[in-house]
Amino acid sequence: MEALLSNVDWTEIGWASWDTLIMVGMSLLFSVVIGLPIGVLLFLTGKRQLLEQPVAYSVLSFVVNVLRSVPFIILLIVMIPFTVMLIGTSLGVAGAIPPLVAGGAPFFARLVETSLREVDRGIIEATQAMGASVRQIIFGALLPEALPGIIAGVTVTAITLVSYAAMSGVIGGGGLGDLAIRFGYQRFQTDVMVITVALLVIFVQVLQMVGDRLVLYFSRK
Amino acid sequence: MIVFDQVQKSYQVGGRAIPALQPTDMAIETGEVFGIVGHSGAGKSTLVRLINLLEPPTGGRILIDDEDITGYSPSELRAFRRKVGMIFQHFNLLSSKTVADNIAFPMKLAGIYSKTEIRDRVEELLARVSLTEHANKYPSQLSGGQKQRVGIARALACRPTILLCDEATSALDPQTTQSVLKLLADINRELGLTIVLITHEMDVVRRVCDRVAVMDAGRVVEMGPVSEVFLHPQHPTTRDFVFESENIDNQELQQDLEKADGRILRLTFKGESTYQPLLGSVARESGVDFSILSGRIDHIKDTPYGQLTLSLVGGDLDIAMKQFEAADVHVEVLR
Repeated sequence: MEALLSNVDWTEIGWASWDTLIMVGMSLLFSVVIGLPIGVLLFLTGKRQLLEQPVAYSVLSFVVNVLRSVPFIILLIVMIPFTVMLIGTSLGVAGAIPPLVAGGAPFFARLVETSLREVDRGIIEATQAMGASVRQIIFGALLPEALPGIIAGVTVTAITLVSYAAMSGVIGGGGLGDLAIRFGYQRFQTDVMVITVALLVIFVQVLQMVGDRLVLYFSRK
Repeated sequence: MIVFDQVQKSYQVGGRAIPALQPTDMAIETGEVFGIVGHSGAGKSTLVRLINLLEPPTGGRILIDDEDITGYSPSELRAFRRKVGMIFQHFNLLSSKTVADNIAFPMKLAGIYSKTEIRDRVEELLARVSLTEHANKYPSQLSGGQKQRVGIARALACRPTILLCDEATSALDPQTTQSVLKLLADINRELGLTIVLITHEMDVVRRVCDRVAVMDAGRVVEMGPVSEVFLHPQHPTTRDFVFESENIDNQELQQDLEKADGRILRLTFKGESTYQPLLGSVARESGVDFSILSGRIDHIKDTPYGQLTLSLVGGDLDIAMKQFEAADVHVEVLR
């Protein structure tokens, strides 16, 4: 056992796991905070919706599509000057967060838009008929009704961010991905590679499980 | 009173205006149950949504208690909508809220009620629709009839003066339909609110409505007291609806009539005359022999009525006719 995992420095693995956790946690937080209103706007300005605005919808949709169509590995590099401007460095855990948010927020926004579209139009109509304002319809009916879908969206986004965060190791992002690239890939330490992959798998499994539980808890259908 | 003054509605589809409601004049009295019957696509759904401006009209004026609601500002419109309850075919309850929270929802949106006011009102309404023990359930745990009761309680929460029913019983089985209609009739009687009800079932109209408008292709083709429209339908669409609700196959009926001898009359009894032993005495005194070809005795809202198709042979027909008229029976000579 000792010989099999001779290259594995558990303290290093521990720190790398912690870094990954921070990167995913922080970028998920910002992705949700930024993506949620964008998703709501996408929905509201869409065709035959409450605030139908073809121009606003096209512009917003275009921006989201652009960010989503750039492969994340490219986005990481393209974002470097902007990241430096924003937080002073493009390296480490902090340097990885802006590109992660740039990749995660538009992704989450689309998921929010989709889950809002799943809400029965009749419920919106009924709420309108009660004399609700648009703000009341959003916060009183749309978001609560779409909550299970939105939570599922958060889960999918979190898992996507785990893989994005691992990728950020390529530009010196820190975390498990960084470890896998520096030791597993560049120094041919297969055991380190195996451990990091195993940890990432466990991480994703836990996220999915917690997400599913939450969706179930909030589903009343 | 709800007054439609040349109200019309058309939709823009691909640059062309598709009319959904032709210019319509109509008046719905305060406190009455007004039915709008029509096939799907006849424009009844549009018509009911014009009353709370879920669909803004493309022409004409809608006056509610002498106020033109088409000129309302957004905030005036929201305040107005609180006074107009609405229930739906598919209930449209919020699945994320409990029964009690669904009923409280319009009051919370209004923002003018205190917590205790809301709690008391919800309790009162739960009792009104007999759902007190289901207060903390979610809509998915209820049956269709129970869901519609929640819908009704929710619609009544802000003490509206008008209740709009959009195919409110179309998704329910006959027994549940009956109990929901009874609830609506009770509410109308006890609270005196105006009910506008759209349906494609003439039977629903017969049971609860005072007056009815029949719609076809975006037009009101017939309008009047239910007993008039129901017993003496004029427009072909109305006849279809009446026959449909009585399970009469018009063709079969015609074939039956051809086989009968003598004169064929349709007698319509209304109110007390329904219970009079009239046929026997008419037959005795006029010497006419009759056979019943088809018949039905039922109620229109609370008024009993009967409609019999008879063939009469021999005797003195004039005496028979006079006696029918004297007994306040409406006679139609079919042949």
